[in-house]
Amino acid sequence: MQSRLPILIFAALMAAIPFVPGMPPFWIVLLDNIGLAALVAMGLVLLTGVGGLTSFGQAAFVGFGAYTTAVLSTAYGLSPWLTLPLSLLVSGSLAVLLGLITVRLSGHYLPLGTLAWGLGLFYLFSKLEFLGRNDGISAIPPLSIGAFKMLSPGSIYYAIWVAVIVSALLTMNLLDSRTGRAIRALRRGHVAAEAFGVHTPRAKLLVFIHAAVLAGLSGWLYAHLQRAVNPTPFGAQAGIEYLFIAVVGGAGYVWGGVLGAAIVVVLKEVLQSYLPLILPGSGQVETIVFGIMLVALLQLAPGGLWPWLMSFLPERTSGRKPDTSLKLEQRSRAPAEAGVLLQVEKARKQFGGVVAVNNVSFDVQAREIVALIGPNGAGKSTTFNLITGVLSATSGSISVLGRKVDNAPPQEIVKLGISRTFQHVKLVPDMTVLENVAIGAHLRGHSGPISSMLRLDRTDEAKLLAEAARQIERVGLTEQMHQLAGSLSLGQQRIVEIARALCVDPMLLLLDEPAAGLRHMEKQRLAALLRELRDGGMSVLLVEHDMGFVMNLADRIVVLDFGTKIAEGAPATIKTNPEVIKAYLGVAA
Amino acid sequence: MNTTIMLFLVQDGITNGAIYALLGLALVLVFAVTRVILIPQGEFVTYGALTYASLAAGQMPGTAKLALALGIGAFAFDLFVARKALHARLVVRSLITNIVLPAIVLALTVYFASQKPPVAVCIALSLVIVAMIGLYLYRIAFQPLAHTSVLVLLIASVGVHLALQGLGLLFFGAEGQRGPAVLSGAFTAGALRFTGQSITVYAITIAFIVGLWLFFGLTLYGKALRATAVNRLGARLAGIRTTLSGQIAFLLASVIGALSGIMIVPITTLYYDSGFLIGLKGFVAAIIGGLVSYPLTAVAALVVGIVEAFSSFYASNYKEVIVFMLLIPVLLLRSLAAPAVEEEKD
Repeated sequence: MQSRLPILIFAALMAAIPFVPGMPPFWIVLLDNIGLAALVAMGLVLLTGVGGLTSFGQAAFVGFGAYTTAVLSTAYGLSPWLTLPLSLLVSGSLAVLLGLITVRLSGHYLPLGTLAWGLGLFYLFSKLEFLGRNDGISAIPPLSIGAFKMLSPGSIYYAIWVAVIVSALLTMNLLDSRTGRAIRALRRGHVAAEAFGVHTPRAKLLVFIHAAVLAGLSGWLYAHLQRAVNPTPFGAQAGIEYLFIAVVGGAGYVWGGVLGAAIVVVLKEVLQSYLPLILPGSGQVETIVFGIMLVALLQLAPGGLWPWLMSFLPERTSGRKPDTSLKLEQRSRAPAEAGVLLQVEKARKQFGGVVAVNNVSFDVQAREIVALIGPNGAGKSTTFNLITGVLSATSGSISVLGRKVDNAPPQEIVKLGISRTFQHVKLVPDMTVLENVAIGAHLRGHSGPISSMLRLDRTDEAKLLAEAARQIERVGLTEQMHQLAGSLSLGQQRIVEIARALCVDPMLLLLDEPAAGLRHMEKQRLAALLRELRDGGMSVLLVEHDMGFVMNLADRIVVLDFGTKIAEGAPATIKTNPEVIKAYLGVAA
Repeated sequence: MNTTIMLFLVQDGITNGAIYALLGLALVLVFAVTRVILIPQGEFVTYGALTYASLAAGQMPGTAKLALALGIGAFAFDLFVARKALHARLVVRSLITNIVLPAIVLALTVYFASQKPPVAVCIALSLVIVAMIGLYLYRIAFQPLAHTSVLVLLIASVGVHLALQGLGLLFFGAEGQRGPAVLSGAFTAGALRFTGQSITVYAITIAFIVGLWLFFGLTLYGKALRATAVNRLGARLAGIRTTLSGQIAFLLASVIGALSGIMIVPITTLYYDSGFLIGLKGFVAAIIGGLVSYPLTAVAALVVGIVEAFSSFYASNYKEVIVFMLLIPVLLLRSLAAPAVEEEKD
């Protein structure tokens, strides 16, 4: 997707810097530090900016990487190149351990949890005998290739920046893939992603590990740059600083991490060397300025500096249209997708004392459009949530193709060929329409994170995007394919949700108020599309308030009122049913 | 282990735990009302403690000047926000609360600092100074961000913590200080010796817990604060001034923080950066309490205090490790009992 040219130019520029005549050696040291911080910040971008998981504990993973190589290369005399995979392995596996505990925490518990174990680990580093307690470990061997030893900051410079640029490329590849879309959907909550088969805890753990491995890499480089480690740079303060770097640069952007690192490292240096001249007195004045600037930045530019810079560049024209001739294999189907597809039997849902759905029974046959109607609060959306596994029923049963699926998670329901849209649109606003729709085909792709990073997923990815493009075309939004989903009108966003649901290749489509916010012509087009889908063999269960729309479209109507089914039948009989009229218009009518 | 040591450790733990309980309560209060996770709570503790100790030692605390400086900042923010409709009443009210008040307090502080004032005056001045700092901080740092996510507020809170800690070093130096006991005298019961200071700690903690409980349960303001916590927009539509709720929460938190500091500083030497760790232990308690429950937080704080006392006796090297790792099993339990459906908000 993204052009590689700017990155190549950047890499060439960075490679040329040490050759600039008269370049002060101290600047190279600064650039080394920027690279080290950028690696950690990049992980935080993925973790916090993209995935929505805030961690104050990244410094601890830097520590794991640094201490692993320090211990192994001093006490056991291992070559630094051998300790690299081990450093990454240690940070990665500890991330699994800590991640299993922490990533499932919701909202603010997660950052607080990371703060707590970050502090605990810092004290552990400074107390353990074999890590040298507060003094740490010194005399770490330098990196070397043959006889060439990377002793000076200038010689390790290349190792650091190769690591930064390669990591950035791999991270960007990861984001622009099937797994990446799942990660980018995390920040918007897990209900929508899970409805299309994304295993959200696993996706969260994945970004957690990715960020930890990047931090471990930074730690490994740090240990061989300084050739000594002690606990100080791995404490809570450092963890906070890494987060600050990511926020300054722009937490949602991989290059924002690099930019943030550059700004913060240089700023710190300037503050430390010049502030005492302006404000004589005891040290730590820079932390005051630092803190104030952090608050000011959040108030003035909460998105960070990278997006602000990018807004000066001419807007790039939208991406290419995927090659729609590529076919994605169909979802594996049950032998008989005919007869009764969905059977709801005495389903009941209680929230405390409130009975939202009261022993409701109905079914959906193959090639049928069934409408679920009823006044506000009748329990229609709750019924949807019961069917799709978002909520578990208090009692009663739900069967798909004759098989009971009670309390199956949403990821399992979608595998059976039931896909849905939401009453309150749940798209990822900062992803394009195409990418949003492609989430619907998540289960029909197979590439994992590693193959995505290495770009081995391109055929799989092309097929997914082709399928998404086909469904977008089908619902008539080809024009908007490359626009951000958040920029569309609400009605169009609902249509995008339908395209996303169609990407599942479903046998039963559940639509929650699909016509709300649509204009008359759009409604007619939607009705035509739904009829076409039915004639093609799909069934539709829809909740809708527009009676004209429902009466003309549905083959059968189920009416709910206060959680109880009060009528069921063909549109003509429902129209004249006294119970239904009473529910909608009151007794006198 | 002999019983005397155990009793002694338990007593020590309860005294510390009571302080953590107070801080935990303040954290819960601020979070519930403003969604700010108040990392600078620790600075309120050190500012309160060291302002008190400085005054008692006849030195001029820099915090009084900081309060005035922040007040001027808050006044500027008020003027800027209201620049399109500058009513005289509004300007005068802002001038009085943000500039006249801290100026008077500064004058009083300068006057008293030179003549070693009695303990009560020191306490009163320290409390007022830190309370004003808390109030103005809310106006300057957090009120403009009130609509943003918990995460943004958390990062801002870290920023405020850094700035305040740096200022703390500037005001009080790197040396630790101790203050005079609030209540002298002691009595013994069996093997245990109760000092007036520890009795004060217990009494104030209990008073605050009961007070907060009554405030939130019975008074209109308390209910307004709770309403703000649940739904800002809804509360505003019902006529509750949400900024006022935030101000009250910060005021209470800074007073509680300063009071905790004043109670500890006679018992242990405090440094400009001691507050952070003390505050974090309050946090551990608050998190165990789920950031919502006051009684659970208080109980958790006592547990944290006792665990700390025992681990500092048996494994003093790993005291901090043990206290912070205490969170892991709690978090584990919470994640196992994670809510089934979580509606996203952003």
